Amino acid sequence: MRGECVIAKGLVKSFKKALWVYHINSGSCNGCDIEIIASLCPRYDIERFGIKLVGSPRHADVLLITGPVSRQMVDKVKRTYEQMPDPKAVICVGNCGNTGDVFYESYNLVGPVDKILPVDVYVIGCPPRPENIIYGISKAWEKLETLETTT
Amino acid sequence: MTTTSRTTYQIPIGPIHPALKEPVNFSFEIDGEKIINVDVQLGHVHRSIEWAGTKRNFIQVLYLAERICGICSYCHPMSLALAVERAAHIQVPDRAEYLRVVHAELERIASHILWAGVAAHEIGFDSVLFLTWQVREAVLDLIEYLTGNRITKGITMIGGVRRDITAEMVPRIHKTLQDLKKQVEKLHHVMLDDSTIQMRCRNCGVLTKEDALKLCAVGPTARASGVRKDVRLDQPYFAFGDLDFEYTTPDVLTGEVNGDVYDRIIVRLLEVKQSIDLIEQCLDRMPVGDIVAEPKIPALLATLNKVTGEGIGRMEAPRGEVFHYVRLTGAESLYSWKVRAPTYSNILPWIPMLLGQQIADIPIIAASIDPCMSCTNRVTLVQNNQSTMVDGEQLHRLSIEKTRRLRL
Repeated sequence: MRGECVIAKGLVKSFKKALWVYHINSGSCNGCDIEIIASLCPRYDIERFGIKLVGSPRHADVLLITGPVSRQMVDKVKRTYEQMPDPKAVICVGNCGNTGDVFYESYNLVGPVDKILPVDVYVIGCPPRPENIIYGISKAWEKLETLETTT
Repeated sequence: MTTTSRTTYQIPIGPIHPALKEPVNFSFEIDGEKIINVDVQLGHVHRSIEWAGTKRNFIQVLYLAERICGICSYCHPMSLALAVERAAHIQVPDRAEYLRVVHAELERIASHILWAGVAAHEIGFDSVLFLTWQVREAVLDLIEYLTGNRITKGITMIGGVRRDITAEMVPRIHKTLQDLKKQVEKLHHVMLDDSTIQMRCRNCGVLTKEDALKLCAVGPTARASGVRKDVRLDQPYFAFGDLDFEYTTPDVLTGEVNGDVYDRIIVRLLEVKQSIDLIEQCLDRMPVGDIVAEPKIPALLATLNKVTGEGIGRMEAPRGEVFHYVRLTGAESLYSWKVRAPTYSNILPWIPMLLGQQIADIPIIAASIDPCMSCTNRVTLVQNNQSTMVDGEQLHRLSIEKTRRLRL
């Protein structure tokens, strides 16, 4: 029991310093994806908070998912989520992942995303502005920290 | 002594891979470091847009078309509007034609600068990625100032555009363009005079003029191989017929055409300069007048609901020719809608470009056509809730079966 607490405390520290994000495109139109890259680039520069995109879900704390989840991508999205270590948070970026938006009633979509994964933060907008995405990530950060202090 | 025989092995890349921003699946057959066979699997971004388009009214479908692709969020709805205008014989006011050119060229600038950053990132030049995206933010600010949005612009309307450029907006546009010219000049130097970029991109992913013609490459990919092809000049639409510009091929700058990745960088950077020039020409020559043929949307819908006929809309998108076909049957929505995005024509040229190259060159060659999967993926068969891939042979068989059915 005591050992677990120590690990949890260590994690709180690490979250305060760096939050690593893995981005997956589940069939989006690219609008949200380029805004995510824009939030990493000089104007918004979220890397100064230690937030960065990583190349493997196994290194990530947060899963950033865009798009309405097409039928071909369902199992890939699930597998990516399963590969992430706990504790983890899922952010759904963009209206089409949240509700289906303009693509509602389409035959090839399995989404919205919360039917497939437990979503923690919904970022709305089509596409959301980079400020919105950064706010969403900070919300997920808060969630992970409270999760850590309670366990 | 055991004898070993040389065998090839397979490397699957995608659909989820950090080097790819969009889901697409490659399977490479590798011999040592050399690529000897490539296969591309598409369909991960299929959202059944064309089908959904037949369930919406004529205004809603514009917003659906805008979300075919977030980067070409202007040329898709505009091509659709061109097609519907042609079917319904709607005459677009002169001022709207010029405004449409301004927005089209702004989109081209944003898209090409974005591409330059992605290409630099693919060869590990991240500082250039950040430099280009900073330049791009200035363009996005201008787009936001003119349309109200950064990415999806919501400026398209059948018969015109939704927002005017007023006299007080013009100085700010000129100022941004002047700044942009300096920045592009800098980018030009950073990307073209750098020895690393030259070493990675020269003679890499070569597409010969013959192959480009044979495989129907379009846009900057075709022009970089020396094919003089540009919808803006071949079949002028909007106000492009009044403006003064030329085909952009790499020999304008270097005097020779190699058709490699380096030439594609040259063509795109030159086109950014050309687009700035075109916007300035438009601002100088823009006539006064209406910006939309029918400002009242209920009246527009009432006319369109009675139209019977078909139309096509062609535009030179940043990546090449985009083509929309519509058929109207006097109903409240489109009877049929077909989209052919530029990446669709540019996928086959990937094969001659990638054959014989090294594994490490895959990302830059794949990126060099500026692929856009969300534009392209609209062709999959869904039967009994399962997606199935259909190959050429099966398609042929299906086609024969259909012919037989029809002849009964």
